[in-house]
Amino acid sequence: MKRLADICSKFYLGLIFLFLYAPIGVLVALSFNESRSRAHWSGFSLRWYAELFKDPEIMKALYYTLLVAALSAFLASVIGTLGAIGIDRMTKTQKKIAMNITNIPVMNPDIVTGVSMMILFVFAFSLFNAGSLGFGTLLLSHVTFNAPYAALAVLPKLRSLDSRMYEAALDLGATPRSAFFKVIFPEIAPGIISGALLSFTLSVDDFVISFFTTGAGVNTLSILIYSMARRGINPKINALSAIMFLVVIVMLYIVDKRQRPKTEKL
Amino acid sequence: MKLRMMAIMAIAASALLSGCQGSDDSKRLYVYNWGEYLDESLIGEFERQTGIKIIYETFATNEDMYTKISAGGSNYDVIFPSDYMVEKMIKEGMLEKIDFSGLPNFENVGDRFKNLGYDPGGEYSVPYMYGTLGILYNKTMVDEPVDSWDILWDEKYARQIFMYDSMRDAFAPALIRLGYSINTTDLEELEEAKRSLIAQKPLVQAYVGDMGRDKMIGGEGALSLTYSGDAYLSMLENPDLDYAAPKEGGNVWFDAMAIPKGARNKTGAEAFINFLCDGEVALKNTIYIGYSTVNMKAFEELPESMRESPVYWPSDDVYETCDVFLDLGDFIKEYDRAWTEILVG
Amino acid sequence: MKRSAAYPYLAWLAVFTIIPLILVLYYAFTSVSDGAVKFSPDNFVRAFEPMYLIVMWRSFVLALAATAICFLIGYPAAYILARKVGEKKSTLLFLLLVPMWMNFLLRTYSWLTILERNGIINNALFALGLPKMDLLYTREAVVLGMVYNFLSFMILPIYTALSKIDASLIEAAQDLGAGKMNVFFRVIFPLSLPGVVSGVTMVFLPAITTFVIPNLLGGGKDALIGSLIEQQFLRVGDWRFGSAVSVVIMGLIVIAMSLFYAVDSDEGEGGLF
Repeated sequence: MKRLADICSKFYLGLIFLFLYAPIGVLVALSFNESRSRAHWSGFSLRWYAELFKDPEIMKALYYTLLVAALSAFLASVIGTLGAIGIDRMTKTQKKIAMNITNIPVMNPDIVTGVSMMILFVFAFSLFNAGSLGFGTLLLSHVTFNAPYAALAVLPKLRSLDSRMYEAALDLGATPRSAFFKVIFPEIAPGIISGALLSFTLSVDDFVISFFTTGAGVNTLSILIYSMARRGINPKINALSAIMFLVVIVMLYIVDKRQRPKTEKL
Repeated sequence: MKLRMMAIMAIAASALLSGCQGSDDSKRLYVYNWGEYLDESLIGEFERQTGIKIIYETFATNEDMYTKISAGGSNYDVIFPSDYMVEKMIKEGMLEKIDFSGLPNFENVGDRFKNLGYDPGGEYSVPYMYGTLGILYNKTMVDEPVDSWDILWDEKYARQIFMYDSMRDAFAPALIRLGYSINTTDLEELEEAKRSLIAQKPLVQAYVGDMGRDKMIGGEGALSLTYSGDAYLSMLENPDLDYAAPKEGGNVWFDAMAIPKGARNKTGAEAFINFLCDGEVALKNTIYIGYSTVNMKAFEELPESMRESPVYWPSDDVYETCDVFLDLGDFIKEYDRAWTEILVG
Repeated sequence: MKRSAAYPYLAWLAVFTIIPLILVLYYAFTSVSDGAVKFSPDNFVRAFEPMYLIVMWRSFVLALAATAICFLIGYPAAYILARKVGEKKSTLLFLLLVPMWMNFLLRTYSWLTILERNGIINNALFALGLPKMDLLYTREAVVLGMVYNFLSFMILPIYTALSKIDASLIEAAQDLGAGKMNVFFRVIFPLSLPGVVSGVTMVFLPAITTFVIPNLLGGGKDALIGSLIEQQFLRVGDWRFGSAVSVVIMGLIVIAMSLFYAVDSDEGEGGLF
């Protein structure tokens, strides 16, 4: 009986992952298609991989994509975590207001967020008579739509935290800073990590907001891919996705392998 | 501690906002083009010839580009708007006049492509690529001759038809069939075209943007409203496909090059436009892109398969029956309302 | 551990979301006549025309369907994951997010290849001697696309809520003679509600305003709220009407979500993870 339930749940998870990964499989398969068109299989070829490495635009876009995603995830986690700690200490009404502010960026359609942030930036430039859209504005906008998710990820962990531990640490002579890093931080770390991962994911995937807040010289992969739509997305992008996918999976495998023996010993 | 952190944040923010712009604008050129719409090896060639560094960015639609440029805060030197968008940007004072003394290669551009309705004086734009709007069809599914827009309303092809999802393109065949201009600003005519598109809706498999091409290559439908350049490329992938420019007339479109107001490197921009008008360069570019060139010198050098193709190069008769899209100003809101009614219905 | 820790966060959001929001409200409540900008409810009057109400209603129904399906298939998955032990669990959780790192447009194009008439599923059906089906360009395809793109955002928060549950609580319930069903519905499910609330928020909100999925998988045949707003901002250049539609939709979301948050008794703050 127990075994049956076990098999059933494995099967169910398998189905979920099949659903999530089927389109990725298609993507990888298409990266080996000789034809430029998605609709027509004209033979196995590595030509898109060869062309990918000759394309500085794609490499530059990949660089900016990863840089913005990593930086915005980090900054959003710092700001969001502090925000969550503060919110956790608020009175009920204050908390309600803070939570509603948190929900606005989540609720706004991307196009509205993107266009209104662009207007805000351009207005600030004209006010200070300096600056232009570019990497800085792109990063600011990504931190803005990521910070609420980072805060939301940490809040439930704080709720389940026993605040007496922190006070006890203070009573025992710890400075507030070391009390935070020694007592609070380890407890909420999983929430911070989830929030950062989620931020990274949202940042990599965003097109609309990025398009309107970036400027000349700074492109992300999303912007590059969407701009190819009229003329047909170049299969080089499929090749790049396949490589990215492979790298992530290999890294996961290595991390998994290194952790496994430790847990078995325990 | 808190103050220090805030000060650091403020400094970081202002450093980020001000960006790091190089001081020598004459050695840099910001180009804003459609994705995949330039043989990118030409960028290196231009850089070697002139010593000007190109910063190349891409956009997906005219409207995306327009919204970005009109907000300000971005400094492009050369942009690639389509016909009606050139007109709109001229009207709104968003383009610089081009100094044609710096463009000796402009003489390579065919005369019939100059001074068109969207830029009557020919002062603000130089055409880049062009094509017609017609019907791409699958010969194995359609055995009658395709020569009229009426076939897109033929019930025989129910759920086999693809239409464009952009409203101006979708309205064009309906308006032409009714004998109206594709630039109509008459509410009655628009209403009639709307009713005709509502009647057509059950026959349409999908309103597509750019996937129409792949759909037809994959044999997913019989007929598709398609631009000639895309039709030409699709026919290379799938020999069952053919393209027709209907006899009632249609639309001829242009993508042009222009210089936005406030460009920091106008002479560089003119040099780049001149470079793209060079016969050899235009030849390389049109072969890479597959859309029809406006450059007569390049046209003469084309391989016969392209030069003789009625899809790549429409005959004079066809060209004469076609109109260019013009900017409709505020009347576009009426199109939008009619389009929503079609989709809700 | 002071309230002031939240100040940078709140200041940040105030600058970058409240100011833009004010801008949207300004556009929504003004109109231009004779070259002068005036306060006017015109944009809202138009937004409440029957045609646009139909558009909003359809978007709501589709987003709701996608959210419900995400919940129904996501909850068991989160439950199974939460029950797993060992380090493998974090790898599995990570694997839920990895597909989302491949570009959204490419993922959705892949679904075209899977669903279309000469696509993978139909070719398989054909090989088995079964008739082909029209899978693509239907409302079902739109919902499928939404479920695909947002499922992980449902599973993760529910998983976190479930994994926080103290095992001794469950044991206590069992010791007191509660059956499996009883334990689940009386103990486990209520404790996982905060996770459900944030999962629903994170699926429903993006689903209601997405326009790429309905355009690509639905064949653009239904007017939905996301493309209506996009059309106003870009194609038509009517930012005022576009803003008014966004304000209306935000208002409806706030109402719907506050009804929904009432379910979550715990101070009304849904945690994400």
